Amino acid sequence: MILLDRVTKVYDRREAALERVSLHVESKEFVVIVGASGAGKSTLFKLLTREEKPTSGKIIVGAIDYEDLKDKDIPKLRRKIGVVFQDFKLLSNKTVTENVAFALEIAGATNAEIKHTVPKVLDVVGLKDKARSYPRQLSGGEKQRVAIARAIVRQPKILIADEPTGNLDPKHAWDVIKVLEKINRFGTTVLLTTHNQEIVNYLKRRVVTIRDGKVVSDRAVGSYKTV
Amino acid sequence: MKDHRFITVERILKTGVVNFLRNIWISIAAIAMITITLTILLFAIVANATFANSITDLTSRIDVSVYLKDSVTEQQSNQLIADLKKVENVKSIEYVSKEQALKDFREDHANDPETLSAVSETDNTLPASLKVKPNDPNRLQTIKDFLDKKEIQALQSEPTSYSGERKEAIDSIAKATDFFRKAGIVGIIVFIIISMLIIFNTIRMAIFNRRDELIIMRLLGASPWYIKGPFVVETMMYGIMAAIVSIVIVWGLFAIASTLEVSSLLDIDFSRNYFSRHLWLIVIAQIGAGIIIGAASSAVATRRYLKLK
Repeated sequence: MILLDRVTKVYDRREAALERVSLHVESKEFVVIVGASGAGKSTLFKLLTREEKPTSGKIIVGAIDYEDLKDKDIPKLRRKIGVVFQDFKLLSNKTVTENVAFALEIAGATNAEIKHTVPKVLDVVGLKDKARSYPRQLSGGEKQRVAIARAIVRQPKILIADEPTGNLDPKHAWDVIKVLEKINRFGTTVLLTTHNQEIVNYLKRRVVTIRDGKVVSDRAVGSYKTV
Repeated sequence: MKDHRFITVERILKTGVVNFLRNIWISIAAIAMITITLTILLFAIVANATFANSITDLTSRIDVSVYLKDSVTEQQSNQLIADLKKVENVKSIEYVSKEQALKDFREDHANDPETLSAVSETDNTLPASLKVKPNDPNRLQTIKDFLDKKEIQALQSEPTSYSGERKEAIDSIAKATDFFRKAGIVGIIVFIIISMLIIFNTIRMAIFNRRDELIIMRLLGASPWYIKGPFVVETMMYGIMAAIVSIVIVWGLFAIASTLEVSSLLDIDFSRNYFSRHLWLIVIAQIGAGIIIGAASSAVATRRYLKLK
């Protein structure tokens, strides 16, 4: 589903943020990527959403080889991947419903489809009663669940979540993790980056550890060791 | 596919209108800025037209008066008119008879009985005259040369009057005409450029405030036009509203000004008439400019946030 082959990313003349990283993620897998701040997790994430281009190496997601990707096809790629950001990235001018609907609108869904799907997804993340609220009226955990709803509403095969619990208190963090597990059970490949030890240990999933831009361990059922 | 496009256009329009309303304070601020600029521009255009009209009006009043001796016969005066018509730069000739001159004099001095008593029908000392209007008041030399010929001078009761003592003043005004017309056009062009820069900057600021929104949409996979579209719609609405408000303001100010005492002095009536006569053109031009500048500015201003890496 996701294949990285000896991917290196160097930002203008600095040390490599990622160095020869190879990673293979199967369909429907739940992979946790751990590492301290600055280890390269966010760079990996940006490479997958094509915010950044690798300096060298190969990235294939779904059946798309990023090397062959033209600029005009980038929006289409992004529509195929569900993305959750640490800072939520909700549209402040839009209500919860509109934020989620936006993901469908840009994909060209009909109004009927949107009307049908959005409430269902809000139900999945437990925000049915906040449908008409604006992001500023929500707590951090609620905002993150809106972001997840927006990421999954198009039923992507891949969901990548970059530190989705980073800005949340423990209770809300657990809500978010449970939603991600639920989505994974429905058959979505989930790639989660975090540096929260408790979460990693609880999940008991494959754990890939990155340190100084390199993959230092990859365990099928991993736990998090502080580095 | 066509259906899909229709949905997209509909959504872009709807989102544009909704954003306009939800960001109403930014919208009002932007409209206010654009309104001020368009109002100043509109004033400049009308003022320029009024000024040009005043100059045209003034120069059209310049004429050369040829006073004829009482002894000149009708045949001689007709001959003189015919000859004058052949002179270069002569636009028209008006014959003012002694009787007409007296009548005019009486009208001019209706409130001045003392001066009136100095002339009477039986003792009409006023000469008949020809009022020669030039095409170009800057080039009176050809007419002057003709009138200065000996045989023509013999018919004249007194030296030719180039609109009396004001000749020099009128001469210099006439010379300035051309300069001011050109300066007016240059001024308008400068105003248009400044207006465009101000409007562009206003819109750029409004979009800068919402750059995060653009970046988020881009990350979610919205196509550039789907992101840009609502902003373009929104800024077009700024342009349309600002155009309407500025026209109402200018129209209102002229309506008020024309009731004031100074109105005759400043030729407000002409300005007002000019404005009413060209109202539709102004409406179309202002709204058109508002739409085009608005759309172009937002398209350019959003571009930097929409770069796909």
